[in-house]
Amino acid sequence: MNTIVRSRGTVTIDVEACKGCELCVPACPPAVLTMSTPVNKKGYHYPELHPGCTGCAACLMVCPDYCFEVFRFEVPVETEVEA
Amino acid sequence: MSTIPLGPVIDTSRAPASGARVVEPQLPQLLFTNTHHLCPGCGEPLAIRSLAEALEDLGLVHTAICALGIGCYTSFGGTVDVEIVQALHGRAPSLATGIKRMRPDATVFTLQGDGDMVNEGLQEVLHTAARGESVTCVLLNNGVFGETGGHMTATSVIGQRTKNTIDGRDAAYHGYPILIGDLIARLEGAAYVARGSVHNAGSVARTKKMLRRAFETQRNRAGFSFVEILTMCPTGWFIPTGEGPDYLSSTLGEVHLMGELKADGVIRTTEELHAENVRKAAELDAQLARGGIED
Repeated sequence: MNTIVRSRGTVTIDVEACKGCELCVPACPPAVLTMSTPVNKKGYHYPELHPGCTGCAACLMVCPDYCFEVFRFEVPVETEVEA
Repeated sequence: MSTIPLGPVIDTSRAPASGARVVEPQLPQLLFTNTHHLCPGCGEPLAIRSLAEALEDLGLVHTAICALGIGCYTSFGGTVDVEIVQALHGRAPSLATGIKRMRPDATVFTLQGDGDMVNEGLQEVLHTAARGESVTCVLLNNGVFGETGGHMTATSVIGQRTKNTIDGRDAAYHGYPILIGDLIARLEGAAYVARGSVHNAGSVARTKKMLRRAFETQRNRAGFSFVEILTMCPTGWFIPTGEGPDYLSSTLGEVHLMGELKADGVIRTTEELHAENVRKAAELDAQLARGGIED
């Protein structure tokens, strides 16, 4: 049974600037950020975005390494996700 | 919180080509670069971002002069596009006084840590506040000397574990913490005194508003303005980075209460601050869940 997830926004993530503090993961209200399995050049795991971003910028506000830029779509993007 | 089933990882290496607008840029205009030497999970870059955005919002970028204290945040001296004068340890408020008296049209502020302001230079900030100098002092309070290894400062709370209070700060042996914001709020010369925090997105948004009000106070020449910002220091607290925000709100945040301690001549009580914090936190969380904090 698949569900449609709407993304009203998205982010860009500067993964090389990330120091893997994980503050963005609990800060994300729709909980669509997870930490990566691979690591960046510095050896830190970095956040990855899944469909469902609202563009609220909570991640940007709590990121000490200024990794995020936040965008909002004019028309929300819909993604089919396995429930 | 509703849980969304996790879909595939989205490519976040580049901006969407079309059909989207920037809500928040990666960096405020005042910051040259996003690289800095501070530890993972540090709260100080968040406070510095709010500070830069507050100056931009009020159009004070070209008149801003910062008297910088000594601490981890001093490394931002080279990456923030504001005129900076490096002060001796703890002496930034006196330096700011001199700058403001010579250049009354400048927006003069200090950036100091708790070790710098409350341990090293307590009398400087108190006298500056008591004289009602038209400057803004910004304190980044994490309750430890982060730069030199995480030992106790005058603002460490009772029971707080630091490098030289391994069993927790003991009032009988180490004395009581100084609540610098409350102390300054009692002084006649202080026009605006607030205490913010950066432990979650809602608090960051509130803190930015406090900084804006402080700079407005200075612009209106209403007197001394002071903003204390509680910041995480997971390295100095010896905890994992992810636990920093909760540790802050449950340890320092319980004693150094967030809120506007003095505004429009009214000093707020602890009960009033408590009630306001509960109400505001719920309000801001609801705004975030709807899709963003309204300015």
